[in-house]
Amino acid sequence: MTASSSCSSSHPGLNLGAAHGQAHEDAEPVMFGFWIFLMSDLVTFAMFFAVYATSLQATAGGPGNADIVDVTSIALQTGALLVSSLLFGIATVAMKHGSAARTVILWLLASLALGLCFLGLELRDFIVAAEKGAVPMRSGYLSAFWALVGLHGLHVAVGSVMICVLCAQIAIFGFASDVKTRLLRLGLYWHFLDIIWIGIFSIVFLPGLLT
Amino acid sequence: MDHLISGRLGWDDIAIFDVFRDPTASNIVGSSAGWLVVIGGIITAALLLVRGWWQPLLFEWLTTTDHKKIGIMYIVVGLVMFARGVAEGVVMRTQYVTAFEGGYLTADHFSELFSTHGTIMIFFALMPFLIGFMNLLVPLMIGARDVAFPRLNQISLAFTVVGAMLLMISLVIGKFSTGGWTGYPPYTGVAFQPGTGPDYWIWSLGLSGIGSLLTGINFAVTIYKMRCPGMTFMRMPVFVWTALCTSILLIFALPPLTAVVIMQALDRYLDFHFFTNDLGGNMMNFANLFWMFGHPEVYILILPAFGLYSEFTAIFAGKRIYGYTSLVIATMAIAVLSFTVWLHHFFTMGQSPTINVAFGIATMLIAIPTGVKVYVWIATLWGGRIRMRTPVIYLGGFIFFFAIGGYTGILLANPTINFTVHNSQFVVAHFHNVLLPGTLFAVLAGIYVWFPKFFGFRLDERWSATTAWLFIVGFTFAFMPLYMVGLMGLPRRSPAFDDPGYIPYMIVAMGGALCLLAALCALIGTFIVSARRRDELAVPGGDPWDGRTLEWATPAPVPEWNFAFLPEVKRLDAFEVEKAQGTAYRIDREDFEDIELAPKSWIGLTIIVFGTLLGFAMVFWIWWLAVLSATVVLAHAIGLGFVRDAGEIVPADVVERTERDWIAAARQGQGTDRTLEVSPRNRGFSARIGEA
Ligand code: HEM
Ligand SMILES: [Cu+2]
Repeated sequence: MTASSSCSSSHPGLNLGAAHGQAHEDAEPVMFGFWIFLMSDLVTFAMFFAVYATSLQATAGGPGNADIVDVTSIALQTGALLVSSLLFGIATVAMKHGSAARTVILWLLASLALGLCFLGLELRDFIVAAEKGAVPMRSGYLSAFWALVGLHGLHVAVGSVMICVLCAQIAIFGFASDVKTRLLRLGLYWHFLDIIWIGIFSIVFLPGLLT
Repeated sequence: MDHLISGRLGWDDIAIFDVFRDPTASNIVGSSAGWLVVIGGIITAALLLVRGWWQPLLFEWLTTTDHKKIGIMYIVVGLVMFARGVAEGVVMRTQYVTAFEGGYLTADHFSELFSTHGTIMIFFALMPFLIGFMNLLVPLMIGARDVAFPRLNQISLAFTVVGAMLLMISLVIGKFSTGGWTGYPPYTGVAFQPGTGPDYWIWSLGLSGIGSLLTGINFAVTIYKMRCPGMTFMRMPVFVWTALCTSILLIFALPPLTAVVIMQALDRYLDFHFFTNDLGGNMMNFANLFWMFGHPEVYILILPAFGLYSEFTAIFAGKRIYGYTSLVIATMAIAVLSFTVWLHHFFTMGQSPTINVAFGIATMLIAIPTGVKVYVWIATLWGGRIRMRTPVIYLGGFIFFFAIGGYTGILLANPTINFTVHNSQFVVAHFHNVLLPGTLFAVLAGIYVWFPKFFGFRLDERWSATTAWLFIVGFTFAFMPLYMVGLMGLPRRSPAFDDPGYIPYMIVAMGGALCLLAALCALIGTFIVSARRRDELAVPGGDPWDGRTLEWATPAPVPEWNFAFLPEVKRLDAFEVEKAQGTAYRIDREDFEDIELAPKSWIGLTIIVFGTLLGFAMVFWIWWLAVLSATVVLAHAIGLGFVRDAGEIVPADVVERTERDWIAAARQGQGTDRTLEVSPRNRGFSARIGEA
């Protein structure tokens, strides 16, 4: 899978550098493809955001935005997700600078732990909302809310599974070049989820917090 | 009715037995179609077993990651589905002939027909055709050995096949949606259609959409990153440009479809209220999301077709394409503009006149770059030494009819006119008018032009030309009358009418449809006849039409590694330049190298089998099967990361021998003069070999 064009390899985000040889070269098309995938995923989220925005009034007499926001929980979730992303970043940099596989796995597991905290808190919020009758079947607004927040949560869950898989691959194969590029890609994905979360925070939760 | 093991699947759902339960005309037609699928399936399976064909099928085709084989499989899938689509078209046209008395099909059956017909033609005939051509041509045209992600390519095909399988199964078990290919809720919601129909629609579109999205990513990366040395953007063949723009459209247009399908599924399965009539559901969200995909989709269908026209126009006019730069700019302009016009599909749904006018104008703007293209093709033909081969017949039909289709498009883009013909047969006439001569003719001509490249022999000229004329004549009679009845007020998707004035037009249209059916048969006949004469029609040299771009600089069929050495390009029309300068068919290097092919993979087959089971289980609420098949697919996908399989290595001496044999044959063989290119003398070598 070598790129035949002789342009110097570099892609947005963390580059491994020429010292990484094969992995650095493979990263060129692979990372480019992954950026495109994320761009496309962003469009999917944009559609859910758009539907959410047009459904704000469609509460059909049921619970509205202000009724389902728990400030503390949202703050904790935001913190967990952002710090998790930071830890993932550290794992990637550690890999780039030749840390031992053990070290990198530890950083990844720390990142995973915070990701799971996020998911746990989100799940708890969903349960609380459901107990208050704010289930997605209740109204168009709640459908849009659950789908948007849930889609993000689903992405985090998938990412968590992938972190486990990747840790296993590092443990088994060490830093083979495809394992390296996978780590880079998963990193992009994990940071991307932060960006989406900031969007959800500002568009879904912030208005609720302010009222 | 909801069973733990079989979900909501019951004996009554087996549609092929309907005819025994209640032998009405509708059931006879419906069940026969189902039986055709069953018997066809059994015969295929028997042939595979008895003749031992399952072995090559399994080990050479279904597990391959070679872009050429994948491209061929896409086109085969497209042809099978196209045949079903045409048959459905003919059945619908016969219904219209009898529709004054109410027709011989039930209203429900008729609705099912136009729903499957539309879904099939758009998603499972034309899309696979064009993606198939992208697979066949793009790597060769940019001088690459493969696409960027060969295994992903196989996965894409597998998802497309899953969608097609679900549609085929819906003929035998259960029922397809009656909500048209656009699947508008709330009509496709549980309240109106509690059965399996819309769920089939959801899963076949949803799963095949994943495949198309991955194709878009794959080809965008391929074109950006895999071009051979010297292949700058402005030296890429026009088809590659259109493939790039199509990829970009796939990347941006499919997410809205995915999103809307997910939401519709949530509405139907979990009682959400995105698009329902009550509790805050809003159907306009569906319309906007769907057409944010749907409009770019028509350009996904037409841009690669434009690319094909551009390529073979230059070939058969024996001239460089006129105004290359303007073609490229026009292609990009169309790709961008296509995202700005989606609302013209629902001018009548109550937004303000200002919004309608804005979208009307945006729509009409697309006519400008499209017009540029048509002029470019005409200018390319102008003063060329045109050879009247089959593709040129299609091209003539295309230019003539596409102009008409373009004009009626402009009419429809005008909101005031649109209000009077909205949802009438006028619209049916318009979109068939652009899709058949626009896309289908390009594909058929493309098959003629590039078939020899991948199979090693040409198609019989007489049969091909007859096929072309049948398609053109059939198209004219089948769809031109619909403009008239549309203006007279006959709505689309209507199983009956009460004005006898329509009847004569309907008879003509049915004649046209039968002619199209004959054309389909002639197409199949072309393949059979040509395969019989394959020795006479063989073109091992690989350049039967005096081609201009890099794919013609390889033997036919193309070796698995495409190029012995990656080409170096100095100008547009790289191969033509080489032939003109006498540097073609030469090896000035000795440094042949081992070539590693992409490894074979089983993931595609896993997806085809278990993806189809997953879709089926979800349609019939067989939860255990759904969980099981999803687990298998995911486990295989995750497992891929843990296997390290290397691809087969082609040793340098094999590469060298193949290359030298081919060039030796070319130098000995006689080049044919282009006027004799349909005679057996054409062995696929350019007449200009001798001159050099
Ligand atoms: C080849 C012979 C064909 C015939 C005889 C035929 C005939 C028909 C008929 C009778 C309808 C139904 C119109 C109505 O409900 O009032 C229809 C709809 C449609 N056709 Fe075709 N067609 C053919 C080919 C194609 C092709 C090549 C395409 C390519 C995309 C296509 C795309 C569609 C679509 C999208 C619809 C709309 C379905 C809907 O209303 O949901 N057809 N066709
Ligand atoms: Cu449109």
